[in-house]
Order: sequence, then C-alpha cells, then structure tokens
Amino acid sequence: MADLTTDFLGIKSPNPFWLASAPPTDKEYNVRRAFEAGWGGVVWKTLGSEGPPVVNVNGPRYGAIYGADRRLLGLNNIELITDRPLEVNLREIKTVKRDYPDRAMIVSLMVPCEEEAWKAILPRVEDTGADGIELNFGCPHGMSERGMGSAVGQVPEYIEMVTRWCKQHSRMPVIVKLTPNITDVRYPARAAKAGGADAVSLINTISSITSVNLDDFSPEPSIDGKGSHGGYCGPAVKPIAMNMVAEIARDPETHGLPISGIGGITTWRDAAEFISLGCGTVQVCTAAMTYGFKVVEEMKSGLSQWMDEKGYARIDDFMGRAVPNVTDWQYLNLNYVTKARIDQDSCIKCGRCYVACEDTSHQAISMSPDRVFEVIDEECVACNLCVNVCPVEDCITMEKMQVGQVDPRTGKTVEPDYANWTMHPNNPSSQAAE
Amino acid sequence: MASTPWTPGITAGRLSQEEIKQNFSDIDPLFEPHEAAVAADRCYFCYDAPCITACPTAIDIPLFIRQIQTGTPEAAAKTILDQNILGGMCARVCPTETLCEEACVREAAEGKPVEIGRLQRYATDTLMAASVHPFERGPETGKTIAVVGAGPAGLACAHRLAMRGHSVTLFEAKEKLGGLNEYGIAAYKTAGGFAEREVDWLLQIGGITVEYGRKLGSGLELGTLTSEYDAVFLGVGLGAVNALRAEGEDKDGVQDAVAFIADLRQSDDLTKLPIGRNVIVIGGGMTAVDAAVQSKLLGAENVTIAYRRGRDRMGASGHEQDHATSAGVRLLTHVVLRQVIGNGAVREAEFEYVTETDGGLAGTGETFRLPADQIFKAIGQTLEAGPEGLTLQGNKIAVDENGRTSIDGVWAGGDCAAGGDDLTVTAVAEGRDAAEDIHRALSQ
Ligand SMILES: Cc1cc2nc3c(=O)[nH]c(=O)nc-3n(C[C@H](O)[C@H](O)[C@H](O)COP(=O)(O)OP(=O)(O)OC[C@H]3O[C@@H](n4cnc5c(N)ncnc54)[C@H](O)[C@@H]3O)c2cc1C
Ligand SMILES: Cc1cc2nc3c(=O)[nH]c(=O)nc-3n(C[C@H](O)[C@H](O)[C@H](O)COP(=O)(O)O)c2cc1C
Ligand code: SF4
Repeated sequence: MADLTTDFLGIKSPNPFWLASAPPTDKEYNVRRAFEAGWGGVVWKTLGSEGPPVVNVNGPRYGAIYGADRRLLGLNNIELITDRPLEVNLREIKTVKRDYPDRAMIVSLMVPCEEEAWKAILPRVEDTGADGIELNFGCPHGMSERGMGSAVGQVPEYIEMVTRWCKQHSRMPVIVKLTPNITDVRYPARAAKAGGADAVSLINTISSITSVNLDDFSPEPSIDGKGSHGGYCGPAVKPIAMNMVAEIARDPETHGLPISGIGGITTWRDAAEFISLGCGTVQVCTAAMTYGFKVVEEMKSGLSQWMDEKGYARIDDFMGRAVPNVTDWQYLNLNYVTKARIDQDSCIKCGRCYVACEDTSHQAISMSPDRVFEVIDEECVACNLCVNVCPVEDCITMEKMQVGQVDPRTGKTVEPDYANWTMHPNNPSSQAAE
Repeated sequence: MASTPWTPGITAGRLSQEEIKQNFSDIDPLFEPHEAAVAADRCYFCYDAPCITACPTAIDIPLFIRQIQTGTPEAAAKTILDQNILGGMCARVCPTETLCEEACVREAAEGKPVEIGRLQRYATDTLMAASVHPFERGPETGKTIAVVGAGPAGLACAHRLAMRGHSVTLFEAKEKLGGLNEYGIAAYKTAGGFAEREVDWLLQIGGITVEYGRKLGSGLELGTLTSEYDAVFLGVGLGAVNALRAEGEDKDGVQDAVAFIADLRQSDDLTKLPIGRNVIVIGGGMTAVDAAVQSKLLGAENVTIAYRRGRDRMGASGHEQDHATSAGVRLLTHVVLRQVIGNGAVREAEFEYVTETDGGLAGTGETFRLPADQIFKAIGQTLEAGPEGLTLQGNKIAVDENGRTSIDGVWAGGDCAAGGDDLTVTAVAEGRDAAEDIHRALSQ
C-alpha cells in the first residue's frame, strides 16, 4: 500500500488532499465533517480584519456550466470572504486543530494592504495553533474593488511587500495564493518568493460570466436584474491551472518553490497530474461542493492504487516527474512524425473523423459508400483532431513513423536525430546563426 | 357474477376497469424534459448519418436531436414534420428497432441505440401540445386533386398538395379519418385518442375538403374522378383479408384479426368487449402480435400465436416477438391450422407440424389440438377488388418510383401500391413523394 502522507513546509498531513479555502471550510461544523470524511487538511475560509464582518449578496451567488446529464463542469461565484466574526472563526480553528492534531490546518487571510492590519491579525492566528497561513491574493470579485484579493495579486510589488510583512511578524509558514487573472503567472510567483514566501498555491478563481439570461438580459447569477463577474472554478479550469503550475515549477527563478495545486481537481487522476507537475499537496473546492466530502475516498483509493501499480511508494517518488517534460514549442522534435490510424474493428462508422478532417482540417480521411473510413497518409499532418472527436476510445490512434520510412505527405525520410525549430532552415534566426 | 380470465367461452369484462386502464395505457410514456436532454445527449451527430438513410421518410435525425439538446424541441418538430407530416404517429408506431435505431452507430457500439423514436415523440408532442401547425398553404394554384383514402398515405399526400397550393378533396369510405392509425394500430401505442387529434392538427393546413362515407367503387368511380380532377391519388390500403383455407373456418368465433382490432380501437369501454378464454392467432406479422397481445390485455387466459415458419421468418420484429412473449403470449412456430373443430362455434383447433423445404412447407403428418374459443386470422391483408384498368403487380397496384400508376393522371401509394414495406412511415413517404410528383406534373 502506497504511503500517501505528505510533509509540506514541515506541515504533515495523512494525505495530499486538502480542502481549499471556500464554503466547505467556513466553519467548525463543516471542517469536522471533512476531517471525519478523511481529508488531509483544510485551508480555512479567508478571514478578514477585526470589525464588522463583510456582507454577502442575499440572492444567488453561483452560476454553472453543464455537460451531459447536467454534470457540473464549471462553477462561478460572487461570494466574498467569511462573513462570520473574526473571534468566532479563530475560536473554532483552535478547537478543531486541538481535536485533529494530525491534519493540516492553514488559515487563509485577506486584510487591507497596510502593515498594521497584518501585524494585528497574525499573532491572533498564531495563537490558534494553526500550521500556517495562506495569503488570499486571488479573489477576483468584490474584495478586489476594495483594494484586496486579486487587486494585490495583480501587482507583484504588493505581493512581495505583504509577504515580507507576514514573514516578519509571524513564525508560521506563509503560502501565497495566486490569482490566474494576470498575463504571466511567473511574475507574481517570483515576487512571492522574493518576499520570503515558503510556498505558493494556485489557482484562485478566474474572472468570468457563466451565462446571460436571454429573457431579461442579465448575467447569471442575477441579482435583481444585474450581475457582476464572478470567479470560475471546477473541472473546466483545470487545464489553465495546470499550465500556471507548470510555468512556476519550471521557471529557473522559482524552480523548487513548494506549490499547493488548486483548480478543478475532481478525481485522483487530476491530483496525480498536479503532483507530477510539482505540487506537494492539492486543494479541492468545487468537487467537494458538488459531491460532498466523501469524494476524498475515491481520491485516496485511486491515487494509492495507481501508485502501487507504478511502484511509487511515496508521493515524493513521482512529484515533479512531469516538470522536465514541459518545454517550449521551439524545442519540440520536428523529426517526430506520426500518422493517424483507424482501427476498423472498433470503428462504429459515425463519420465524425471524416467530417472533422474534411470540413475543417486536411482532407486526409476517405469515406467509401459503405462507410469505411481510412486515413490518407499523403495528406495526414497528424493533427490529432480525428482522435479527439472520435467517440470510441483508442479507435483512432497516432502511430509513430519509423526512422528511414518516407513520409508520403512530405516525401522526406524520417530522420533519426532530434531537430527542433531553432535548428530549422526555415527559421530566420537559425540561418543567421550559421 | 363478473367474468374472470377463467370464465369459459367468449365473454366481456374479464378484467376490472382499473386493470384495463393499466393494460391499455401508453406503452412508452412521453419523456420528461430532463430525460429527453439525457437521451439527446447520447447522439453523436454522425456525418451523413446512417439513421437518416434507414428512415423511409429520411428525417434529419441528428439535426432534430441536436435541436432538442439545445432546448428547442419545437424547431426539432419542424425538422421532423418537414419530412414526415405524421411524425407524431410514426414516433409511436414505427418499428424503430428495424429502422433508424437499428442503424444507429451506438447500436453497433454498445447495443444500445439513441432512443430516436421517443425523442421524436418528445419533439412532435411538444409542438402539438402548443397547437402549433408550422406549415402554410402555398399560393392557390387553381388545380384540384382527388385523394382517395384517408390513411397515412392519403393524409400525407393531401397535406403536401395543400402546402403546394392545390385544392384537395379527400374521399374516405369510413366515418373517421386516419385509416389504420385510427382502426388498426395497437391501442397502447396510440393512447389518448392521438390518431384523431393528429388528423385534426394536420387538416389545419387548409385547402383540404373531406368527404366522408364516399367509397371508390360504390357510387364513386375512378373515371369520374379522373375527368373531374386534375389528378387522382389512391391510398386505399388493403381492405380484404387473405383466406385461411382450413376446414371449418366459417365457424362462429373465427374472425379477422384486423376487424377485431378495429372493434377494439373503436370501443369506448373495453370491459364491454368480449374476448375468448382460449384465443389463437394465426399469422406471424405485426397484426398477429397486436391481436394476440391485446387479447391477453383484455383478460384472455391462454393466447397462442401459431405461425407456419420459424421466428426468423416472422414479419414481426424480434422486439415485437419479445413484447408478445413478455405479455404472456405463447409463440408456436412451424405449425399449420388444418381444421377448426366445433359444433357451430369453434371449440378446438387442429394443427399439423410442418418443416420448411426450399421455399415451401411440407407437412410432417404429426397433428395436435388446442382448445379454442376464438381464432383470429392475421395472415395478411390484400387489395379489395381494385378499380378496373389499373395494372397490378402481385396483388397490388403497380406504380413507378414516383407513384404513377398505369393510368395517366392516377397515382397510388401506401399499402395498396406495390413496393415498400407495409408500414405507416412508408405510406407517409409514398404519399408525400406522389404529391411532389403530382405537383411537378401539374406545374408543367
Ligand atoms: C393491426 C395492424 C397493426 C399495425 N401496426 C403497425 C405498426 O405498429 N407500425 C407500423 O408502422 N405499421 C403498422 N401497421 C401497418 C400500417 O398501419 C399500414 O402500413 C398503413 O396504415 C398503410 O397506410 P395506407 O394509407 O396505405 O392505408 P390504410 O391505413 O389502410 O388507409 C386506407 C384508407 O383508405 C380507406 N379506403 C379503403 N378503400 C377505400 C375506397 N374504396 N374508397 C375510399 N376510401 C377507401 C380506408 O377506410 C382507410 O381510411 C399495422 C397494420 C395493421 C393492420
Ligand atoms: C463559493 C466559493 C468561495 C470561495 N471563497 C474563497 C475564499 O474565501 N478564499 C480563497 O482563497 N479562495 C476562495 N475560493 C476559491 C477556491 O479556494 C479555489 O481556489 C477555487 O475554487 C479553485 O478550485 P476548485 O476548482 O477545486 O474549486 C472560493 C471558491 C468558491 C467556489
Ligand atoms: S490527424 Fe488530422 S490530418 Fe490526420 S487524419 Fe486525423 S484529422 Fe486528418
């Protein structure tokens, strides 16, 4: 049985599955249920400064995007940070941490961008016995209009400054939670590191409008006929989150900085992919909000089975294994030639590959009157579209051409050597270099 | 004392009102919107989809399913009705397991096709529930056409002609329109008076004058029609029934299955419809199955279908055969009725086992008897003595691919015309196509 325990910044947890700072972690009741269900840790719902708590809207907060059978693919929210009094939250954090000492307890914070504000809250958090803090520089709605959340996360200088304050005024490990609502995630990550952050976590939600009501023309969720952008999360955001994680993991300036991966993690497989891209733990919000806390059981059993099958005894054994394989386009091997192949036995003759290639790609699939579909090697550029649109798994595959074979499309012999764009004769800079 | 399934002889009221209601309720109830969405989502939107080719009316199935998927069942209905004006009835009665759903690639992939028939019904019922008739008559052409017979073929033809701006007179021998939709189709397939509603809805197009009780051959002659109208379409179906050629077939209790079903369909209280305790249906087609199943549903204790060949040769699809057996009907194959025994009324039926030889059947000499109060003949319908001068092919009116008969200006389609399966959907296709050909001919 694989060992799922993790040690992230010295914070131990029985498994890498943490609940992200959000409604599932908003109060003692939920967090106790989560721990009973088996979650390895939680990031408590973001706390604000002392004083009158924030207020939320009193109409709908969420919007959604669905796949087949109303499967929730994307969720959007306009909820703010916790709307419960600070003292109540701190008291509950302390009790829960006391009762579950083996679980990770991280407290998410968002206070105004003034040193005094941070100085005031940090000792109070430390007093709860929490294992660390996460700085919420990500929330894209509401709080950002007040100069907090993503308003800070979008300015690397502020990130660095606030992180430094936190390191100065507390002994707790500091995780900086990044917003995806920027053009290049490496800048805020570098700033966090420069400010002394122990880790980054990402992504927070993506600014979004999920739908527009076509009767009253209000964005959804609609509050009295008006809507504001919300934060998007759930399965739909996973590809965006993974790219950002990978960018930080392979950036020479931040390489090695611990990462807690967040964004659309729904199954053990998603988690394994994030970990392979360099994450030490993963955080989940939407999957829990959709299916309840029990999903963690599948995540744990699935990850454990896969690790056993692959012979990974511990999370560290495969953590970051995909990072060296993330590269830039210019370094991809142009001598790697493949062709689509259609397995006639599993083909169900829907014709989707044909019409996709014929209408929108390279006219590289032939169709006979009795609906036999075959790839025309002379035309196939190996784009993969047919594979992607085929409803039958593994019916169409990409077959690698062997060295020495002639690609009937280009008439060129497949070369044994690796050759990328930087070396290609059509590349003006490569010629200049000669 | 009320009757029970065990009451001897032929009697009414074997089942209670509630049981009858339950037995004759809608066999495949209308999808709820979410069920429809889930079912629609399974469609792959195939290129040049095989289901379209398999549909005799060539409905653009992937398109209408996508229209359901995106929340516009009314647009989906329009797509269906464009090709098949009786799309609502066809959604209920088509043997989809041998048509569109058999061709569905998901049938090949996982033995579970997209539920095209039920989705079609979802679309057409949605539109019809809103009383929308999405077609308009074209500009008046001044041409007049006589359509004889108001079954699926005649109705489809009349509607398409009206759409093209022609004036149609629809001559129907009976007092109700719809043909076998009204008198033949199994009750549980078209529950709730759907056949009649659909006809009323169809006639909303306008330009169609109906003449009830007007039978070609009885005071209405083809020669008169051809001289008074610019064109004539014959959609008279198959009014006569094949003979059994078994000894004693004239005894009381031996009846045409089609006539029995017609009585059943027209009955307003099925607890008053008499049925035997022991019922035997001779035949192997859709009519045999419908007669047998409905006998069972009326409360007959023992119902047997006796067919002279193997199950694979039955006109009824495997799905329908299963439907019969699951209703409790016994399927006997390779048996031929030799004698009907009884004193005035039938009491027993004697069969002989037969084997199939190249093309023919040979008696084995081995016979057996089954108790019988009622024997329904479902061995095929045939054309009633047709109007003179029409060339026949087999027992049906010979037509070319456009439905033209041997007489100039006379078209025919549906069951009465040669070629094509005897199905509602085929009748619709032939009626529609003949209308287009008539329109072409009259526009020249
Ligand atoms: C019991 C039974 C069950 C069936 N079940 C199914 C099923 O589930 N699914 C399916 O697809 N098909 C089924 N069929 C077949 C289907 O009903 C027919 O193929 C279809 O109705 C043929 O349409 P039609 O318009 O050619 O003829 P019909 O429906 O027979 O209509 C002919 C019309 O012409 C009228 N008529 C006849 N003679 C004259 C005349 N001389 N003058 C004026 N009017 C006349 C008749 O009264 C009738 O209204 C079934 C048939 C039967 C008998
Ligand atoms: C309703 C809701 C409220 C959230 N509130 C917070 C918050 O207070 N603080 C925070 O850091 N992130 C908050 N998030 C973002 C989540 O922690 C997480 O980063 C995001 O949902 C992506 O993960 P997921 O795809 O697993 O949901 C919230 C998300 C949702 C759906
Ligand atoms: S890989 Fe692309 S080009 Fe080749 S057959 Fe498939 S769709 Fe066409």
